[in-house]
Amino acid sequence: MKILIKNGHVIDPANGIDAVTDIFIENGVISEIGEDKDLTGVEMEIIDATGKIVAPGLVDMHVHLREPGQEYKEDIETGTRAAVCGGVTSVACMPNTNPVCDNAAVVSYIKQKAAEAGYANVFPIGAVSKGQEGKILAEMGEMAFAGAVAVSDDGHPVENSGLMRRAMEYSEMFDIVVISHCEDMALGEGDMNEGAVATAMGLRGISRAAEEVMAARDIIVAEAIGGRVHIAHISTKGSVELIRQAKRRGVRVTCETCPHYFALTEEACMGFNTNAKMNPPLRTAEDVAAIKEGLRDGTIDCIVTDHAPHHADEKDCEFGLAKNGIVGLETSLGLGIKCLVNEGVLTMGGLIEKMAVNPSRILGIAKGSLSVGQTADVIIFDPRSKWTVDIKKLHSKGKNSPYDGFELYGKPEYVLVGGEIIINQGELMK
Amino acid sequence: MKHDLLGLKELSAEQIKNILSEAADMKKIVVGAKEKKIKNLQGKTVVNLFYENSTRTRLSFELAAKYMSANAANISSSGSSVAKGETLTDTAETINAMGTDILVMRHSMSGAPHMLSKLISASVVNAGDGMNEHPTQALLDMLTMIEHKGHIEGLKVAIIGDIYHSRVVRSNIYGLTKLGAEVTVGGPSTLMPMGIEELGVKVFNNIHEAIVDADVVMGLRIQLERQKKGLFPSVREYFRFFGVDDSRLKLAKPDAIVMHPGPVNRGVELSTTVIDGEKSVITQQVTSGVAVRMAVMDMLIHGGF
Repeated sequence: MKILIKNGHVIDPANGIDAVTDIFIENGVISEIGEDKDLTGVEMEIIDATGKIVAPGLVDMHVHLREPGQEYKEDIETGTRAAVCGGVTSVACMPNTNPVCDNAAVVSYIKQKAAEAGYANVFPIGAVSKGQEGKILAEMGEMAFAGAVAVSDDGHPVENSGLMRRAMEYSEMFDIVVISHCEDMALGEGDMNEGAVATAMGLRGISRAAEEVMAARDIIVAEAIGGRVHIAHISTKGSVELIRQAKRRGVRVTCETCPHYFALTEEACMGFNTNAKMNPPLRTAEDVAAIKEGLRDGTIDCIVTDHAPHHADEKDCEFGLAKNGIVGLETSLGLGIKCLVNEGVLTMGGLIEKMAVNPSRILGIAKGSLSVGQTADVIIFDPRSKWTVDIKKLHSKGKNSPYDGFELYGKPEYVLVGGEIIINQGELMK
Repeated sequence: MKHDLLGLKELSAEQIKNILSEAADMKKIVVGAKEKKIKNLQGKTVVNLFYENSTRTRLSFELAAKYMSANAANISSSGSSVAKGETLTDTAETINAMGTDILVMRHSMSGAPHMLSKLISASVVNAGDGMNEHPTQALLDMLTMIEHKGHIEGLKVAIIGDIYHSRVVRSNIYGLTKLGAEVTVGGPSTLMPMGIEELGVKVFNNIHEAIVDADVVMGLRIQLERQKKGLFPSVREYFRFFGVDDSRLKLAKPDAIVMHPGPVNRGVELSTTVIDGEKSVITQQVTSGVAVRMAVMDMLIHGGF
């Protein structure tokens, strides 16, 4: 099978390409970039990408696919289908499943289920500690050999600083990074961001300090031992500043934020809107500005969704009882274009770096580029084309999105995974 | 269109004044009438759904309903399907389906009545939701203040105690500031929520500054389990720095009144001499409570506020 993507605006930051050109795909692999190829008589599918952007498929390194164990919220098939619909061709999934992904068997199971589903590429993240209990290191080496690309106790902070140190040291032997969910539980007990909005609604506030204390600790531990750490879903001005300073000192720290931390503020919770309840919580306009500045100046490496599908019953309830988290795979590109590219925070190439190139580098996976010889994971979208979010139509089992009715840009019109056209002219083909 | 009373945050000054005005009329029935029975809610059904323990608020709503000839029933969380793990939504829909006109609800979670009101056709009265609001308490406080001071506008009201966890203080702040009172809050910094000053109040960690020249001094209940959670060192130390006693009360205006939503921990929020003293209007608050709840339920059924 041969595919020619003609005349698109190719943005491939990994190779420094930002130009109108053609991409030729043979047997699922990118075989040539350029316009001078003589293709007379070659049987192939031609995609006309005139006026559209052609970019590497997005890589989302923080996703909850819920399988095994919580298939009523999401499963690998529905989660990866939602991913592809959002232009995300590779996801790294968090290990807080049931059973916890803390051994090679669960890693292999997830990879096998993902292969059967045949949508996005799935890269499992193993647990830092057995059962995510924060006590004993999980079998990181075995998990890495089975295909785990990182370790994290996401959902549960690693409270024991000694264990975090050991995790950084041990994981390094297998070239996998520790992703740290930063939350000091004693400071973090609450429903939403601490401040006047929470106070006015009678909700318990979560201090910024809950996140920043642990981010600071992880930076200090990494610096002291020369280790490496990736800080998950940062939400505060203080976290941005801590990481900015650490990077200047040469600490081996990277970090990610999520679209909701630059698209929304705590005011989204007003009216007890449980679809705006998440952890870390939505913060203030001042934090949003700092997150954008962190993205602009390179302090923040990646944009991830923290896609956290929940059942309707887990959100249609009292705010204090509602589960944390929102779905995000189908809205992340649109929010990135709307809030970052259109507002001049990032160029389109900069957005692709945060959403494809940098996550691939941090995880050490051969994704996020359109290099010749690479598996063809490609997305094509028109960043000027407007679409309206309808949460009832999301492909994820979870409809818990705060973006219902939002006007976004650039819904993917073509999505290729491994050279297979999964979305064709906006239609899901399988 | 049905009407609810979810909080004073949602009401205008005009609506609050309308309720207080009707409550003043209702109070004549509660304290003056030979026979406490009017027909305003005849044939209507009021259900009290209480997910938290309550003696006075529940009884107050029940009597208010009965004085107006409504059918009144009570459900508390123990001994009902609530204890069997039924969701709030399912419980409320069940009650709604039995022909309830007014659902009075107390719940430990902020926003629970707001969520419910969207799902059922009965009018919802918030009888206290988590740390958010307790609107009828603030209304009865305001009615009592008017009875003693003639007006709310220009009054200086000092509210002392556990501000963080108090739904009473939030409703009072919304109601009193809308009607033009000056509100100060005082208490330990560990029981003071961040950003409270943005609700339009002055904040003091020194009780003397909070009380000075007050027309109204209101104590708030200190839940003794907060001390076990480490929010203040001891009840003894609380009273030493924040308890309202006779000497501190002298800092308020000479004709100041002392209020408390009850039940009082004697010798913690207020000294016994203050509770039983001539400035105390605590038992009058209880009477105002029945009148306010009669007014609220009557207005909900007959076109709103």
